[in-house]
Amino acid sequence: MRPFTYERATSVADALRRTAGASREGERTAYLAGGTNLIDHLRLGIRETDRLIDVSHLDLTEVTELEEGGLRIGALARNADVAAHPLVRRTFPVVSAAMLAGASGQLRNMATMGGNLLQRTRCVYFQDLSTPCNKRDPGSGCSAIEGLGTYNALIGTSDSCVAVHPSDLCVALAALDVTVVVEGPLGERRIDFADLHRLPGDRPERDTTLERSELITAIEIAGPGFARRSRYRKLRERASYAFATVSVAAALEVRDGQVADVRIGLGGVSHKPHRALRAEEVLRGGPATHEAYAAAIAVEMEQARPGPDNGYKVTQLRRAVPAVLSALTEETA
Amino acid sequence: MSDAATEQGRDRARVDAPLKVSGLAPYAYEHELEDPLFLVPVLSTVATGAITGIDAEAARAVPGVALVLTHENAPRLALPTIPTLAVLRKPRVRYRGEIVAAVVADSLETARYAASLVRVDYAAPPSGPDVRLDPEDPGVRPLRRVMGVYPGQHTVGDVDGELAGAAYRVEGHYATPVNHHNPIEPHSMVALWHADLGPLATVQPRSTRLTVWDSNQGVVAPQGVLAGAFGLLPTQVEVISPYVGGSFGTKGMPHPHVMVTAMAARKLPGRAVKVALTRPQMFAGTGYRPETRQRVALAADEQGRLRAVDHEVFAPVSRVIPWVDPTAGPSLSMYASPTRRVSYRAQHLDIGPGTFMRAPGEYTGMFALETAMDELAREMGMDPVELRLRNEPEADPESGRPWSSRHVATCLTEGARIFGLEQQQQPGGRREGEWLLGMGVASASFPQMGMGPSLARITFTGGRYVVSMQASDIGTGAWTVLAQIAAQALDVPQDQVEARIGTTDAPYAIIAGGSTGTFGWGSAVVEAAQAFRAEHGSDPAEGATTRARTRMPQGVRGVRRMAFGAHFAEVAVSEVSGEVRVRRLYGHFDGGRIMNPRTARSQLVGGMTMGLSGALFEESYRDPRFGHVVNADLAGYHVAAHADVVDIEVGWVGEPDPWMGATGAKGIGEVGIVGVPAAIGNAIFDATGLRLRELPFTPVKVLEAWESSGPAPAATVR
Repeated sequence: MRPFTYERATSVADALRRTAGASREGERTAYLAGGTNLIDHLRLGIRETDRLIDVSHLDLTEVTELEEGGLRIGALARNADVAAHPLVRRTFPVVSAAMLAGASGQLRNMATMGGNLLQRTRCVYFQDLSTPCNKRDPGSGCSAIEGLGTYNALIGTSDSCVAVHPSDLCVALAALDVTVVVEGPLGERRIDFADLHRLPGDRPERDTTLERSELITAIEIAGPGFARRSRYRKLRERASYAFATVSVAAALEVRDGQVADVRIGLGGVSHKPHRALRAEEVLRGGPATHEAYAAAIAVEMEQARPGPDNGYKVTQLRRAVPAVLSALTEETA
Repeated sequence: MSDAATEQGRDRARVDAPLKVSGLAPYAYEHELEDPLFLVPVLSTVATGAITGIDAEAARAVPGVALVLTHENAPRLALPTIPTLAVLRKPRVRYRGEIVAAVVADSLETARYAASLVRVDYAAPPSGPDVRLDPEDPGVRPLRRVMGVYPGQHTVGDVDGELAGAAYRVEGHYATPVNHHNPIEPHSMVALWHADLGPLATVQPRSTRLTVWDSNQGVVAPQGVLAGAFGLLPTQVEVISPYVGGSFGTKGMPHPHVMVTAMAARKLPGRAVKVALTRPQMFAGTGYRPETRQRVALAADEQGRLRAVDHEVFAPVSRVIPWVDPTAGPSLSMYASPTRRVSYRAQHLDIGPGTFMRAPGEYTGMFALETAMDELAREMGMDPVELRLRNEPEADPESGRPWSSRHVATCLTEGARIFGLEQQQQPGGRREGEWLLGMGVASASFPQMGMGPSLARITFTGGRYVVSMQASDIGTGAWTVLAQIAAQALDVPQDQVEARIGTTDAPYAIIAGGSTGTFGWGSAVVEAAQAFRAEHGSDPAEGATTRARTRMPQGVRGVRRMAFGAHFAEVAVSEVSGEVRVRRLYGHFDGGRIMNPRTARSQLVGGMTMGLSGALFEESYRDPRFGHVVNADLAGYHVAAHADVVDIEVGWVGEPDPWMGATGAKGIGEVGIVGVPAAIGNAIFDATGLRLRELPFTPVKVLEAWESSGPAPAATVR
């Protein structure tokens, strides 16, 4: 671990000022919130910083109602608190369920909402400094494509990177209408959740579209109201405390045996939380049946490019997505 | 020992439990010493080659760095040490992750940072490293012996003839992966080379020159290797290891960090040097259970009596030491058969050396054998318990010697009754929603080895009896059980007896290994107690003391001693995800006399938990391009979480074995893990009709088996 200075920001503006100041002096900075990902990476030497700016104590922890049934969640609210929050549980059960499926109780007590969005993609070679990794060391090559491939991404991969975004929360958010509120040197910026994370392309070292000094301050979830009926299913090797092999977040509205509306987020498949837009498109206005659900995910999976070790993820999704949607359908009936 | 003492009467909580739960039982790293230094090793990033240069200037320049240790400045050893510990001797690398340097600094953070600045240049050998496992490699060789005592090639009768003409025959190829022990306490150590002892210290046998606080399975091992390496008498090396946070074999023999830390201490006399390996460092250089590829073929007659047992094993071997697990061991002794063949082949690779891991050999081999037995039972349409009962050997099939005791039949039948074993004629018929349910059974065995005698000393002081020996409690309950055995043998209440173990300042004892502790050490304690009473009577004087050694019955070499058991598993398999969940696990054991039902149950439940974990999750992936394990932490290498361990229970026969010495106890540290993966795999077959022959049974394997066995199950396409 490279030595760094630790500083405590007194406000969002102060945090931004400190970052700008460091930048002028050619110093690297990192914001510290829950630290559940960053501290590991500092220890391992994956991430180096000159100045660690602690924002964890800033007053960004409120959960408040927006108009038309939406929620605004402060970026520094802890995962455990948000998962247990009555408003969240009632309005967007999929968000609560996804968070509770993630990590461990101890980690959820520390991890923040903003930090969860910004956790790095996962890959064993990214963690292992003795192997090439384009994300850690751009241009060095990708060790995962021909290596341990069980957990590799299926969709939106590139020759540079096949890592997956590991968040459970983000899979739920991908299925909803979410805006990420960001504060930067030029003031507030609002980012569509779908545009926050990026595919690796030939710049896998960048996981998100955030600019250097920007700080997430809140997450806003707007309707749809039908997300009150939503589910999260995480498939994993052991029953707890494991990253998903794949996961499914879904909200479904059925009217007269037809799919009135549907949202599907998929985890464990891509460098970013994946919204199954093609499957949703196929389903809307069609019959609310297991066969239709299976056909829709089959269409979605046409874009999957599995390697030698991760074809089972396609099988899991082709089985799990219809199972989740059918369970939601039965709830409706 | 009084037989009147009931098993229930031997139920005792651990004497160290209050210390453990309150954090007051210090592990090696936690011993507080004044002004310590911290050591961080630098690991090689190539699998083989020469070290052409080490640039440590940047590391030395970091404020707080006391020493950068490399082959260039490491102290010379007095005697050649064992090959695994021969590090920092020459500018060469034998496996990826070998220690090639170490940084010592006044804080852990500084040492870690400085270690990251050490630059090592390598010259690759022209042929490149050999790290790719390949059973067809031309360099693969048959083995003559395994672990020095097991036959590498062993044939009785016409195996091929029996297989060709059998009424029933099964044959399968099985695979087990690399496993790592991952005790909760990492390998750690503090070494202090005493300074300013005066000119005569080197020749005074009682003058301690090196003190080591270490995490191990027995203080005698680090004492021996360090004394040898540094030209000291064993009595000049003090090893203190009162509490050890798990081991499972990885702390049986010292690993390179022990030598490197002692070397650093040698160069920094008077300063305590501390090391605690990280998980990735443990995956690299503290041993593992090597992978196996196995072929098992069984032939049986119309009645289900075996006519042939044929077991081939292929495994990789590190070029550092030829470590091979005796994987075919169970096929030598488990079942009667007129013909039998066992053969091993090995491929020498530039990989780190393997080591003991809980039930080495027995664990991997019993997976293959007991899966094959289930396949045979299915092939014949015979009850799997009945098939096993029909093949109970009167005497040890390999040696012809009579059993010291063997209660396999009781374990199977009683276990099946208690568990409620009910298998389906046609797999796949029991269902709860998407979950298919099934049950399976497998037998277990573990040899009871003689590891040589231990010594125990009993001293009466301050109104209490103190039992001291070098024994080690790695979580087994030895602190408690040895005091219990002494109290029973002395016929005094247990609170009048205190054990003193985990230190070299005690009579010699064998390490806690091979499931030998309780009966081996226990016998010495009983002998010492009896000798003490004979010598000092029932009203001893203050300071009265007596020493005695382990004694086994006359003629013990004429019998075959093994612990046995039977495992029963109920699983649920999701046809959506391919996830396997073990709903219930029951083990019934033949472990001789149970010395303390509470600690015994813990050990057996622990072994079964580890077996469950190995069956479903544990797999170290050694990348064949690099030669090291890349999923080298507890996020990448899954061990069972609490949520996976739902319902595990054990029972036992409880019959003392007269050939096990004064305790009548068999060792139970390892038999609990043996056979668990087979029981779970056999239950998966009962649930799904899928026969999985490769560990672990991950969703990938289940789904691939399903996909290749035909159309998706009905429920997913309803």
